[in-house]
Amino acid sequence: MTQATADTAATTGSTVDDAEIAKFERLASEWWDPHGKFRPLHKFNPLRIGYIKDQLCLYFGRDAKSADALKGLRILDIGCGGGLLSEPMTRLGADVTGVDPSPVNIEVAGLHARQSGLAIDYRAATAEDLAAAGESFDVVLNMEVVEHVADVEAFVGACAAMVRPGGLMVVATINRTLKALGLAIIGVEYILRWLPRGTHRFDKLVRPEELQSALEAGGLQLIDETGVAYNPLTDRWSLSPDMDVNYMVLAERPKA
Amino acid sequence: MTGKARHRDIVIAGGGTAGLAAALALRKAAPDLAVTVVDIRVIGGKSGDAPGDQRASAIAAAAQRMLAALGVWTAVAAEAQPIISMEVTDSKTGDAVRPVFLTFDGSVEEGEPFAHMVPNSVLLGALARAAKAAGVEMIAPDSVDRFDVLPERVEIDLGSGGTIHARLLVAADGVRSRLRALAGIKTSSWRYPQMAIVTNVRHERPHEGVAIEHFLPAGPFAILPLTGNRSSIVWTEQVDDARRLLKSDDFVFLTELERRFGHRFGGLELDGPRQGYPLGLILARDFVQSRLALLGDAAHAIHPIAGQGLNLGFRDVAALAETVVDAYRLGLDIGAVDVLERYQTWRRFDTWQMGVTTDVLNRLFSNRNPVLRAARDIGLGLVDRMPGLKSRFIGEAAGFGGELPKLMRGEAL
Repeated sequence: MTQATADTAATTGSTVDDAEIAKFERLASEWWDPHGKFRPLHKFNPLRIGYIKDQLCLYFGRDAKSADALKGLRILDIGCGGGLLSEPMTRLGADVTGVDPSPVNIEVAGLHARQSGLAIDYRAATAEDLAAAGESFDVVLNMEVVEHVADVEAFVGACAAMVRPGGLMVVATINRTLKALGLAIIGVEYILRWLPRGTHRFDKLVRPEELQSALEAGGLQLIDETGVAYNPLTDRWSLSPDMDVNYMVLAERPKA
Repeated sequence: MTGKARHRDIVIAGGGTAGLAAALALRKAAPDLAVTVVDIRVIGGKSGDAPGDQRASAIAAAAQRMLAALGVWTAVAAEAQPIISMEVTDSKTGDAVRPVFLTFDGSVEEGEPFAHMVPNSVLLGALARAAKAAGVEMIAPDSVDRFDVLPERVEIDLGSGGTIHARLLVAADGVRSRLRALAGIKTSSWRYPQMAIVTNVRHERPHEGVAIEHFLPAGPFAILPLTGNRSSIVWTEQVDDARRLLKSDDFVFLTELERRFGHRFGGLELDGPRQGYPLGLILARDFVQSRLALLGDAAHAIHPIAGQGLNLGFRDVAALAETVVDAYRLGLDIGAVDVLERYQTWRRFDTWQMGVTTDVLNRLFSNRNPVLRAARDIGLGLVDRMPGLKSRFIGEAAGFGGELPKLMRGEAL
């Protein structure tokens, strides 16, 4: 399995951890079932889309109530999986490129987009592949990926290189704290079993200051950060000042 | 067939108050959404039609705010009678003097009545005109014959032979919802051994905006103020008695009505036909499935004891419109079951709670047991002496219980 994945992905010199990709390939067909294995992501999706959209509208001066609020923005969705983020961004008017190192994910995402009548440029590639090809975007979305890569600094650097001057990067990930170990790994994977065991490894989680220094090394400046909290009683996610577990950050590449 | 299919975003089956209000709310908030309403009758009714619906409905303050936010209230206001206060009595039919156990001062906010009585036909006409002006497509007379839910869309076959592909199908097709049955959604239901007789009366003296509910042994007898010296009567009787009354001549009917109405507003005369409605309670077990949402009476029909049926329907409308518009503005699939589940969570508990409450009220009051009567009178008396509890009761009656959707707070989506 690991061998096959490495062959198909064919990403020599990549910072993507092959074992991590293989785990998601096994799950690929489940992407679009809101009650299936990706239920937590479906649950979380409205909140992260809301954050991305509000921040983009604020930054680029768009009307958040408009049906095509993101019209014309060129957006890269890194680790797009089955397209849970790429499709909404496309419906809001953006020109979306979705990349995922897993060809199975790209197959699933492409099929679903065609069924939904959405034109999305999906590519089985890594962020590093695109960066090497000199691609540039208004917005790079880096959601729930950095905790799965082998080298955070190199990966974030490659992503940052694709943000045009005056453009944005949004990152969502999980903090490396004991609280995160208890809630996001033991709670979610072992007690609630929302995610398969082994989805997240504690030593791969990323602290906000580590992320910030990686972003700055890539020439980006942090302009917003927020915690994300889950309320088990209402079964709802919301923005929170507490960044101990899940959090999101917004960074810009200043205009030259 | 599929080659000729038209594409719409949302198809609403049923052009009653709930279906039309939903179509209007969706188009107002999201003018890019393609919304179609399908109904077997002419939508909104025609003036000069045969008798038609003579009923009037109590529009609670929250529902009124929604109608105002949707720009419909001004078209209804001239025919709307504010309910300034509400009285509840517990009596035997022959009691000459009925002690008032509960009085409600109706103001929700300074100068705002807690409800208005509005003729159904006026409300329906205003909603239909506003929906049309907002660009809602009306297909009538026609019907949804069958539908197929696919992962990415719902395929809807019309009785006229056409096919529509949509992202979301809304069943607003009433108590005996055909779409609910087609979807295989089960219901919990029970019938009451009672029927409601609905009619209008004219009286000598003005009602001054008082709504009166007499809890008589056979069931509640409600007097609800209409414009002028007129009131709407909702009169509950055992089924056999109700059938007899509906068939009796005007003299007998009026005499029986006066016995219950009392002489408070002077002499009475009948002002409209009598209509009979069997009473029951139907609650859908699920309000949503993938690409399907039940709305209004299709989701729930409750005993009209507290006058909450239409208002529950409007709460559905406000919650569904807000859920769909929020999802639409996030670029989410508006027919996805996880999106629709937010609406279900929002509405199902509230509806079941209301259903159970009105059922308990009915069982408690439609009763001749003297012990029970004494107990409920003490209960009502206590409620009357506790301002906090009373204002909660008024709040519930006005539709402000639970987490209110934006439209019910009078806010735009």
